[in-house]
This record gives sequence, C-alpha cells and structure tokens, in this order.
Amino acid sequence: MKRIFSDFMRALNNNSFVFTSEIEPKKTVNVEGIVNIAKKLKNYVIACNITDNPRAHAYMNSIIASYIIQKEAGMETICHMTVRDRNRLALISDILGAYVLGIRNILAITGDHTTMGDNPSALPVYDLDSTQFIKMVRRMIDEGVDLAGNKINGEIKMHIGAVGNPNANPLEPEIYKVRRKIMAGAEFIQTQIVFDLDKAKRFIEEINAPPPYVLIGIFPCNSYKMADFIDKKIPGISVPAEYKEELRRAEGFKDKINEVNIEYFSEMIKELRKTTRASGVHIMTIKYEDIVCKIIENVKSIMN
Amino acid sequence: MIITKQKPNLLKYVENYDRIFIIGCGECATVCKTGGEEQVEALSKILGDRVIGKIVIESPCNVKFLKKDLKPSLYEGAKAILALCCGIGAQTIAEFTNKEIIAGLDTLFMGEVGMKGKFYEKCRACGLCILYETGGICPISRCAKKLLNGPCGGMVDEKCEVSNYSKDCAWVLIYKRLKKLGRESELEKIREARDWSTISQPGEITLGD
Repeated sequence: MKRIFSDFMRALNNNSFVFTSEIEPKKTVNVEGIVNIAKKLKNYVIACNITDNPRAHAYMNSIIASYIIQKEAGMETICHMTVRDRNRLALISDILGAYVLGIRNILAITGDHTTMGDNPSALPVYDLDSTQFIKMVRRMIDEGVDLAGNKINGEIKMHIGAVGNPNANPLEPEIYKVRRKIMAGAEFIQTQIVFDLDKAKRFIEEINAPPPYVLIGIFPCNSYKMADFIDKKIPGISVPAEYKEELRRAEGFKDKINEVNIEYFSEMIKELRKTTRASGVHIMTIKYEDIVCKIIENVKSIMN
Repeated sequence: MIITKQKPNLLKYVENYDRIFIIGCGECATVCKTGGEEQVEALSKILGDRVIGKIVIESPCNVKFLKKDLKPSLYEGAKAILALCCGIGAQTIAEFTNKEIIAGLDTLFMGEVGMKGKFYEKCRACGLCILYETGGICPISRCAKKLLNGPCGGMVDEKCEVSNYSKDCAWVLIYKRLKKLGRESELEKIREARDWSTISQPGEITLGD
C-alpha cells in the first residue's frame, strides 16, 4: 500500500491526469508577486513547483518561498532542491526543515553549473549528485535515518521526484540515468520542456521501468520572438516550425497568440493522454501564467 | 604531469625586489614551457641586472634534488626567489631556502600531455579511484560537476554546458566506452555517495606505511 503524503501524490495515485506549473522566486524580499501568481494558478493546477536558484542565479530560498506560497495562497508546492549549493549536511537539515514547514513534495535537481549563473565565481558543491540525493531522502523517509545511518527523531512524510530530459542527445545515457533515479526511489519525474510530441513519447517508452509518474514539461511562448529565441539560443531544444509560424502570424495580437497556444498545447496534451502513459503535464511560462489557466480550462472542457 | 601557466601579471609581483634568484623546473614546467631553461633565460633578460643568479633544478618539488643542486652560496644574497615551477615546487623551495618566494606560475591541474601543446586534466587526486568502473574515464576530474551518476541536464549533443558546449561530456564518453567494452551493466548501477574525507587536507603519507 503506497503511503500518500500530498495532494499531488494522491492525484497521481488516483490516475488523474495532473497539471502542475512553476513559480520562480527572484532576487527580492517581496513575496507578493509569487503569492499572487500562486493564487491565480491555484484553481487550475494541483501543485506548483518552486525553483531553487535556477540557472545558478542566487534568488530567494525555495523552501521559504514554498512555505509562504502554501501558507498565503493555499497552493501545494513541489519544492526544488539542487545539490549544487549545499553538501549532504545542508541537504539533510533542509529536508528536516522543509518537512516541518509543511512541504510534502521535493524535486531533486543537479543544478546548472555555478559558472552559468550570476555569481560565477562561486564554488560548486555537488557533494552528492541528484541520484544519491534521492536515495538519501528515500532512506530518511522510509527508514528514518540520514545518509550515514544516524537516526532521525520523528517521521518524515514527503515525496521525492526527479527530472528527466527527453531532448537529450544521445538519449540512451539520459535514459540509463533516469532509470537509476527511479531505482534510487524517485516517485515522479518532471521533464525539461518539450515541444515535440514524438520526443515525449519516446522518452516515456524508453524509461520503461517500474513506472513512476511522468509529467511532460511544456512551455507556451508569449511571442514569436520568444519561440525563436528558444529554438535558436537554448541548446538542445528545438521549436517546431509550424508552431513558430503560427505565432509569427499572430504576433502583436495577444488574443491570437493565446489562441495559438491553447490550440497547439491542448492538442499535444490530448495526444499525450491518449497515446502515452504520461501522468500529466508540467506547464512552465515566463510572465505568461494566464495561459496556464486557459490551456487547462480548454483541455478539461474537451476531455470531459 | 603538473600543468602550469605563467602568471599574467608576473612582473608586478617582482617589481619591489632588486636582488632576485630564479629557479626553474626540469620536469613538468619544462614540458609546459613555463619554467624550463628557455623561460628562465627569457625572464632573466627582462629583469636584467636585478637577477643575481638562476638555475633549473631537475625536480624542485623533491628535497633530495634541492639538497644536491641548490647550494646556499647560489641564492644567499637574494632578496627573493622567483620560482618558475608548480606550487609544490615553490613551497618546497621556500621551506628549503627560508627566502621570500615569488611563485611565477599558476598551477592549473594534473594532466595528460597531448599532442600539439595540448594538456588535458585527467585526475583530481581524490584518493578513491573508480576508473575500473567507468571505462577508464574519470568523472571526478572530467565532469564539471564531479557526478557519479551522470550525465546531467547540461549535456547537449555530447557536449558540456560549462565549456559553452565545446568540451565533451565525460558521462557520454563513459557511456560510449562502457558500451564498446560490453559493460553496459555498469550503467545500470547506482554509484553510491562517495567518501570525500579521502581528500581531507593536508595529505601526508610515509613510505612503507
């Protein structure tokens, strides 16, 4: 009998098709912004990922931001934790603290290298890698001990997930790695953004291990410019020409851009649901969270 | 081999000294063309009559060679010794001579000497070699994140994000090599969290222990 500690895991376990989104705390002491986004998304997604120093930029702590969002917006969070910025001592104490603050879902992340970030002289840690981190959290939850076997006073009840990259080329070493993360105890996988349905399908098929829940990452672009930027400047991610072309034709008209996204991603989600064993989608945006609600609303109306 | 590079602003470090003794290295720094006869001679020319003497020691990181070749009469009058060798050599000289030492080189890494003046980092002296498990490719020194269960999401088309995608991803190399050797099963294993206490500083051992 699977132990369930969060609404997110309960929905996955009930075989619901699940929607999650993502909020990025910034280099700020103001929390109104992230709380307002969370309030907006709350009625549409089951939980929201809260990023941890993404792209190696030093931002507000993801555990604290997760806590605030859960408290102020009533939205469940999936708190990101990278192994880049802390050794196993700090990871253990952050897991203990996160649990006490009510966080029930953790996403283990390696983290972009420090040299890519906004404090590029920082010492990268990587004491553990993400697989080892997952295994450690698994033992903290299941056996009540830390990495060295020291006993934890009290029970930790949370879920641990991992990321995967369907765009990886070559894909095979990435698949081996994702399978190892699953073996280590990851209960769900959220993927890097994918525009291409076939890539998502292939990724899900190849994992082919005792199935954890897979949520495919998607990214509606709020302009042709952004789609073109991702296509040309973000390594490893290609944006289909027909989607770009539709955005180009809609450029300058907000409603039309929305329509293009609603249509393109609703179709993709429908296909994912119909033809794969994906458990849901993880919708990421930049300054375009309204579209998350619109796509989900549309998908729900055509699916039910 | 210990790979070194001349300090970019080396002359700034020596500008306050008028009696300088230069020591080069006959091994690694000679191969790196940072502290061989040629480089010692070139710097000596630049510094002109501020140089009271110079020598290339076969291996300045080895006290035995310092004892044999670095006679006090050579450097006694020097205000400072300019060491054109790695940080190990510079410290060994400093302790041996008790003189002010100016390290003229930055020590970069332990590396392979490739062809055409190329040097490649290959080892981090981590004290727990796992080369047997990884097809002879070291993830501790060749993966930017020292991952034992790679590749990470920063791999694109076999290249690493850290080098702006110019260097190979070590985990793709490991994957390919293991596959070639028919040892894919290594890729199915989780490599456990390692013991970093093996690199607790400072390392010290005694021959025979």
